[in-house]
Amino acid sequence: MTSIGTGYDLSASTYSPDGRIFQVEYANKAVENSGTAIGLRVKDGVVLAVEKLVHSKLLVPGANRRIQTIDKHIGLATAGLLADGRNVSNRARDEAANFRQLWNAPVTLKDLADRLGLYAQAYTLYSSVRPFGISTILGSVDKNGPALYIVEPSGVTYGYHGAAVGKGKQLAKTELEKLKLSELSTREAVIEAARIIYLVHDDAKEKEFELEMSWIGDETKGLHLPVPKDLFKEAEQKAKDALENFE
Amino acid sequence: MDHFPTNWGRPRHEGFDAYATYPIHERPYNGPKDAFAAGVQRTQQPIVTGTSVLAIKYKDGIMMAADNLASYGSLARFKDVQRLHSVGSYTVIGAGGDMSDFQYIQKLLDDLITDEFTAQDGHELGPVEIHEYMSQVMYARRSKMNPLWNSLLIGGFKDGKRFLSYVDLLGTTYTASTLATGYGAYIAQPLLRKAVEGKEDTLTEEEARKILEDSMRVLFYRDARSINKFQISTVTSNGVWISDSIHLDTAWSFAEGIRGYGSQTQ
Amino acid sequence: MLMPDIAMAPHTLPTQHQFNPYTENGGTILAIAGADFSVIAGDTRQSEGYNIQTRYAPKVFRLTDRAVLAVNGFAADGNMFVKKVKQRLEWYRHAHGKDMPLRAIARLIQTMLYARRFFPYYVYNILGGIEEDGTGAVYSFDPVGSYEREACRAAGAAQSLVQPFLDNQIYFKNQTAPPDSAHPTHLPLPTVLSIVIDSFTSATERHIEVGDGLEMYIVLARGRNLAGLEGITGMQELTTTQDGERVFVVRRELKKD
Repeated sequence: MTSIGTGYDLSASTYSPDGRIFQVEYANKAVENSGTAIGLRVKDGVVLAVEKLVHSKLLVPGANRRIQTIDKHIGLATAGLLADGRNVSNRARDEAANFRQLWNAPVTLKDLADRLGLYAQAYTLYSSVRPFGISTILGSVDKNGPALYIVEPSGVTYGYHGAAVGKGKQLAKTELEKLKLSELSTREAVIEAARIIYLVHDDAKEKEFELEMSWIGDETKGLHLPVPKDLFKEAEQKAKDALENFE
Repeated sequence: MDHFPTNWGRPRHEGFDAYATYPIHERPYNGPKDAFAAGVQRTQQPIVTGTSVLAIKYKDGIMMAADNLASYGSLARFKDVQRLHSVGSYTVIGAGGDMSDFQYIQKLLDDLITDEFTAQDGHELGPVEIHEYMSQVMYARRSKMNPLWNSLLIGGFKDGKRFLSYVDLLGTTYTASTLATGYGAYIAQPLLRKAVEGKEDTLTEEEARKILEDSMRVLFYRDARSINKFQISTVTSNGVWISDSIHLDTAWSFAEGIRGYGSQTQ
Repeated sequence: MLMPDIAMAPHTLPTQHQFNPYTENGGTILAIAGADFSVIAGDTRQSEGYNIQTRYAPKVFRLTDRAVLAVNGFAADGNMFVKKVKQRLEWYRHAHGKDMPLRAIARLIQTMLYARRFFPYYVYNILGGIEEDGTGAVYSFDPVGSYEREACRAAGAAQSLVQPFLDNQIYFKNQTAPPDSAHPTHLPLPTVLSIVIDSFTSATERHIEVGDGLEMYIVLARGRNLAGLEGITGMQELTTTQDGERVFVVRRELKKD
């Protein structure tokens, strides 16, 4: 960590002499410490999945959701600081509602991602604030079809076919690359998503985790909904089986 | 805020009311003038209006009907307007009165439903909640002397229970097994009561539909602000359903036989 | 004489139709206090002009185990007012761990009504129940909060029909007591219930805004037995606490024409 002790990492409003903003890089470290979140943009929909690390057995199952609903047709998954995720999702809901108010139409994911990018970027400009310690995966089926975006702590936003953030992002990405995403159905994508989350989970280092999955597609009539119980069970079982064969 | 400190705490003006003899409500206003006050409009009368909405309870749930006309005074201005609107998965709302106010209400309710959906807390708003919400909105607006100029019927089916209610621009509310707004309160309500009261649990969908269709026909014959094109909505355990527009078949041949109307010369 | 311009207020402008935030929804309410009970009643018809809006819209509400409020006039204001009174009583319960006494509820209602002196709740309230000393009580209010404790009161559409009847039957107005005896100061419960039912059947006959259904709430003082209620069919108890006052409701049909 060459930045430590130099004084250039104390504020997001200060560049280092070689043109970096260390506070943003630290924010990325916060993301890397978090359980993996992935998103799959497929033929007719989008699937979001999260490896939610459970740090205490005392927590109620299902508590502290990391996948949230932004608008009827938009889902959001975060990796990083949980509370930052809540702030960003609230902002996203406001943006989506404002867009509806103004245009009397649902927001496209591109527009929403751009707005959230601007929001995140504003937190890299001032000494009085800290950049968001999260990477946000946004998924939707809008008027242009399925869409998937990531908003990073720097405020940069890219569209993806497959997205992965958090601890297991490297492994998840190689797994995603093996898939023919644009040929999968949303139902098949749920199975793959569960498998990847189980695969990237490192049970040597981490204790318990909960799988969280949501989808948007023809089967949900364009709504962002949690994956139904029976499909979830099936996907989870197949993921566990695949894990045994893999090892 | 009033930026003249000499006015602070002085509702009266000693310039011409040195002895405070003027009643306080006639006092001169010393505060700042709102340059746009004259431009602020409240709904003092409806402009583009819808006429009656009818609704009844029947065996499987509730059924509602409203025609497709939005009038501009006596002009049949818009003839393909939908006055029934679904709210969430369990409720339908029908409106008479000012159609722009109704569009605003639709927007309010859609935003409310989106808000509740994004919360993902396992709760869904049913007709009872929508009724309470609308009655609070309507009463609050009448209390600001800025009403939403509508009569609304709210119908729904949730947790095995039927629900039917009325809310209007005054915030007046009530529930009954037959409801009718506007002209329908005079012409259709007696027909509906005769056909439905006491039979709420036995009427079939076909029977209920015929009752509403017949009432809509009578309204079309008698209400000069109605049209022979309407929609029907049902809310049952299967959810909300709103029909496509239905054309009423009407018979006018009897008019020929009326002296002074038909072709008779004497 | 020099007049300030406000004195030349536009008295001569053409009259404009203005939004009228009130209407009148008919119906009648009444309450009678006994020595150790109170009866509060109202019909259930809600109307506007010649239209019956519904045959069942309650006008009488249980506030606590010892207080019942009847509200008549503009129904929207009435419902909102009852809602706010109930809310204040709940806050009182949270603050003090007990129900508000009847006379305090009466004063609360006057304060809440007068707070809207310049945009009144267009409602006549009658509050009935049991005082802390165990006596039956009735409080009646005008729309802006003037109130007094009485033995009986009728209000609403058929007030002018029912009140004279009550004056005669409860206060014995225009009746002379038999020699060597006085009129009773309090009537027994069965007599009161008969008078209430007769009042409403008569009002239903003579007033178009009264009818459909009758709801009678009966509040009994702490420790009082059920004497006088033996013959009453279909009575339903609404009491929520033990060893205190008890509240009952009785429903009867009225003519629907």
